[in-house]
Order: sequence, then structure tokens, then C-alpha cells
Amino acid sequence: MIDIGYNATLVAIGAGLLGIAAGVIGAFLYLRKRSLVSDAISHATLPGVALAFLVMVALGGDGRNLVALLAGAALSALAGLGVVHWLNQRTRLGEDAAIGAVLSVFFGFGVVLLTVIQTIGAGRQAGLETFLLGSTAGMLRADAWVIAAGGALSLLACTILRRPMTMVSFDPEYAATQGLNPARVDMAMMALALAVTVVGLKIVGLILIVALLILPAVAARFWTERSEVVALLAGLFGGVSGTAGAVISSLAPDLPTGPIIVLVAAAVFIASLLLAPQRGVMAGALEWLRFRHRVHMRQGLLALAHGHTVYEPYTMRLLRGAGLIRADGVATEKGRAHAARAALDERRWQHLRSRSENAALAARYDGLTPVETWLTPDQIATLDREMTGSGGAA
Amino acid sequence: MGAEFVALSLPPILIGSLAALACALPGNFLLLRRQALIGDAISHVVLPGIVVGFLLTGTVSTWPMLLGAAAAALVAVGAIQLIQRIGRIEPGAAMGVVFTTLFAAGVLLLEQSDTSNVHLDVQHALYGNLESLIWIDATGWQSLLDPEALAWMPPELIRMALVCLIVMAFIGLLWRPLAISTFDEGFARTLGIPATLLGLALVTVSAIAAVAAFDAVGSIIVIAMFICPPATARLMTDRLAVQVALSAVFALVSAVVGYVLAGYGPIWLGYADAVSAAGMIATVSGLLLAAAALVGPRRRGQSA
Repeated sequence: MIDIGYNATLVAIGAGLLGIAAGVIGAFLYLRKRSLVSDAISHATLPGVALAFLVMVALGGDGRNLVALLAGAALSALAGLGVVHWLNQRTRLGEDAAIGAVLSVFFGFGVVLLTVIQTIGAGRQAGLETFLLGSTAGMLRADAWVIAAGGALSLLACTILRRPMTMVSFDPEYAATQGLNPARVDMAMMALALAVTVVGLKIVGLILIVALLILPAVAARFWTERSEVVALLAGLFGGVSGTAGAVISSLAPDLPTGPIIVLVAAAVFIASLLLAPQRGVMAGALEWLRFRHRVHMRQGLLALAHGHTVYEPYTMRLLRGAGLIRADGVATEKGRAHAARAALDERRWQHLRSRSENAALAARYDGLTPVETWLTPDQIATLDREMTGSGGAA
Repeated sequence: MGAEFVALSLPPILIGSLAALACALPGNFLLLRRQALIGDAISHVVLPGIVVGFLLTGTVSTWPMLLGAAAAALVAVGAIQLIQRIGRIEPGAAMGVVFTTLFAAGVLLLEQSDTSNVHLDVQHALYGNLESLIWIDATGWQSLLDPEALAWMPPELIRMALVCLIVMAFIGLLWRPLAISTFDEGFARTLGIPATLLGLALVTVSAIAAVAAFDAVGSIIVIAMFICPPATARLMTDRLAVQVALSAVFALVSAVVGYVLAGYGPIWLGYADAVSAAGMIATVSGLLLAAAALVGPRRRGQSA
């Protein structure tokens, strides 16, 4: 067991819980095609953090109370979210423009406030910059507890709202007929995204927290078509990224927590992109190779059946490998049998396609699939009788 | 006032204005094409680009870092397209995947490499340091006519002016095809306009503007200027030419007013130090947008 210390363990647990919650919420955001709204939310936290600090200092405190700072972050993120919603609903601007405007303006205003803080009390602001990129080094025990508890609470809220969120992200109209209010569920979803963002500020930082809401969800989407499974998998990926990232970064001094967590999540994404069955790159490549194999095999056999010589090197290699032709290109016994079967299949298809009543079946013709795939032996026998019948009449 | 203003405030105001203009102009087309967040993505991936440029050359010299940033921007745009195509992922999420990953890699590289003795950090990349772009040799307005002093203008000013010219030339020369393909890509194709290529060229020009502006003023201004002035102008008019002209005006107003407020505002209020000019410029552009969203004549779209 790696001993990383009490605080680091708490942080790792908190990051894991946070990662699960972020993955699940991110999956719903992704299915609703609103992933980047979380980028506006996270950048909009900065002025709130700075204002909370200023208020605390004005009241005579030292301005480092994490709960108060996070409360400020939540309030200004809420304001940012409200502005995105308002710009999108009440003006002709699209959601992407609303997101970009809110994230840059709120962030810019936050930076102005940070320089104000620097001006009024140099040195005392130390710590606020860590909200940009996250930092867990030298974290207070109480702060570590806040993060672990925040992660647990967000996860709990996700679990409670799991059903309505699944229904709305799968089919909002159907959900509405079931008595759900999609707009309200969307709002709850955004509130949860906001909670995850705020809790994650101290660990991952406001610039990169959006990654925890996007990467696990997109990675999970590669593995399945079902929304509740996407959410579960995204939670798993997010939890693994959060925990692994926090543990790895606690092992050496120069490994910043936020970027490491994001890079672990990115590794999971790349693995999914490459390896996922059906939607992954490798599966796609294999499918293509298999298709190429079938096309060349079929064309080679038809050429043999018509007594042509095969010159195309890949087809020759295939036929040779299957023992269907000799080195000089002449068909073997087995090759002639296979070729005859392919030619018969092609003739059956042509007959089928020449008859208008077979339109539905004829549409399945792809030049590759044997007719036996679609017809029963009885039907084929009838087909053969028709073929010889019409052949005899001609 | 004269000598100090020309030496300390004129260059940052000019550079800020040029940067704002270079980003706002292509921003109009990105906004209408629903690609407004491209500027955001590019300005994030610039960080790993400059870090790699620095690591390869070992010095904080401008050209390797600019080239690194431009390369990173192109890599990011390519990766976004690739992930979108092969993974069948919606554009917003594909963008989010790429820019967060590259930015995280940039931060990690920065922390791992020994940059303690050079001025290269994340804060600098975000805020820029507009205030430090001063013209020491200027002794007053007459320096603008003095070739010897002019030779010592901040190099960012000349670079930014050049990029601004490139952007204006691109938009001016390709105005009609750009406008047509922005509003109706299918129609543009029937006219024989290579719409895909043109879209790529637009993104490339935007990347050039973003990288140059980022070097001079940091990424906050870049993101804000790509979006806020065009969005503000869009709420004022239905005509593209008017929108582009208005966006240029709003960009310039944001840059000048923002800089002046940041530099002199606190002094007027009785404080000694200035606040972040980059942040203030973004804030002013946001206030302009808010005003247009509340009372702009075309804020709701088609009016009767």
C-alpha cells in the first residue's frame, strides 16, 4: 500500500467521489448536447471567489475560509449561468456565443478583482491563484474534509436525481408525458454541474474542471448506446481519473493535481476512442479489413467460375491461402466447387431481383451475402424450380 | 502628461486596440457560423505550444514560441475535426476534449521544466502583460516623428499591426465568398465557392490573430474580443457589413476605455496601483454586450 498521508488520502477520496459525480452529470450534459455550458459556469466562479475574499477581509477576517470562498464561487457561477440562459432565450445569440461571452467577461472581471486584492493587501491574497489550476499541496485538514464531504453530497444528489435525468436526456418529450418538467430537470442538472464545479475548484481548478465533466462522458459514449449505461460508465471513468490523478500527484512535488487528473481522464478517453467495440477506431479498421476480405474473395470466386484468370495480387493471396487455386492460378478441385457455389448464388440473386414481387428481398442484395442467409431451404428449392422452369421456356 | 503618456500608455493602448480589432473581425464570421468558441479553444492550446517552443529552443525568444503556438493551434483544430468525424461526437464536446487535454499537458510540461529563471508562467499566458509594453525611448509626441526613437517601439506593436493588416486583407478580398458561404453553405457550393476550404482558411486566419494577440495581451482579451464585439454588433443590425464595422468600433472602444479605466480609474478613486488592463478590457466589452442585449434594436432577431 502506498502511504500518501492522511490529507492526501482524504483528497484522493474526495477527488474520486467528485470524479464519479462529475462523470455522471457530464454524461447527462453531453446527451443534452450542453457540455460546454459547464465551461461558462467554471470561469464565472472567479469573481465570486474574489468578492467573497474581499467581503471577508472587510469584515475583519483573513479571507481564507474555504466554505465562504466556495459559496461566493457558487453565487457568481449561478449569475453566469443565468446570463447564459437569458442571452440564449431573450436575444438572437446562440448558446455558443452566450457561453463564450459569459466565460470571458466574468473571468476578465475576476482578474480585475484579483489585481484589486493585490493592491489592497499585498501578500494576503496568496492562495486565490490556486483556484485557477487547483492545488492540493499543503491543504488544510478542514479543507480536505470540505472537499470529501462536497464530493459525497454531489454524488448523493446525482443518485437521487438519476431517474428523471435519464428520462429527460433520453427523450424529453416522452419524459414530459410522464409528468416530468424537462425545463426543471434541466435546471436541476445545471445546478448539479454547478455544485461539482464549485467543489472541484480547489482540486482541479476552474480552467480545467470542465474536463472532468466532458472527458469521462465522451469516453463512456463510445462503449454503449444506452443512456443509463453511459452515465454509469462515465461515473466509473470519472472516479478512476479523480482518484488515480490525486494519488499520482501526491507522489512527487512537481505533479500538479488538476492537470494530472485531466490527463488520466484523457488517457481513458483515448483508450476508449481506440479500443471500444463497434464505435472505436480499431473495431472500425477490423470491420473494414473483413469487408475487403469478403469482397475480394467473392469477386475472385466469380472470376474463377467464369474461367477468368485472377491477376489482382491481394485476391490471389486470399485464394491461394484458402487452397482454392494453385500457384499458377489454376483452380483446385475445392476452388472449382466454391466458385460454382458462388456463381449459383449470384444467379439465384439475379433471378430474385428480376421479379418485382421480391422487391423487399432484392433490396438486401449487396453482392456479398449468400441468398441462404435470407431464404429457407424450401424457398430456395422453389426458386431453383422457377429458374429451371423459366430457363426451359426460353 | 505628454511624454509620460506617449512612453507608457500609448503603446499598450495601440497594441490592445490592434489585438482587439484582429480578433473581433474574424469573430463576426465565426459567430454567424456558430463556431464562436473556436477562439476559446485556440487560446487554451496556445499554452502547450509556447512551452514546447521554449523547451525546444531553451530561450524565451518570440519566434520559436509563436511558431509553437501556431503549430499547437493547427494541431488542435485538426484533432477537433478528427475526433468529431471518427468518434461521431458533437462539436462542442470534441472541442472540450481537445482544449482541456492540451492545456493540462501544457501546465504539466511547464511545472516539470525549469522555467524558474525565465518569465513564463500560466498567469502570464492568461492575463498577458499589456502594461509592460512600454516605449522607453519616447520623450513626447515628437518621438512619433523621430526615426531613432521609432526603432525602439515595442516589437509587439509592429507584429500586431501586421497581423491586423493580414486579417483585414483576408476579409476584404474574400468578402463576398465569405459572406455567402457563412449564410448558406449549400448555395455557396453551387456557385463554385470552395466552402470547406474557405472555412478552414477562416479558422487559420483566426488562429494567426489569436496567437499574435495572445503573445501581446494574453488569452482573456483574445476570447472576449472574438465574441463580445461581434455579438454586440449582431444585436444592433441585420446587415453583415454594418455588423462588421460596428464590431470594429466596439472592439476599439473596449480596448481604449478598458485600458484607461484600468490604468487611471484607481488613481481617480484615490488608490495608488492600476488594476489588470486585460481584465478591464474584457469587462468593458461585456458591459457593451449587456447594454445591447437590453436595448439593442435587433436583439430579438427578425423584427416586423
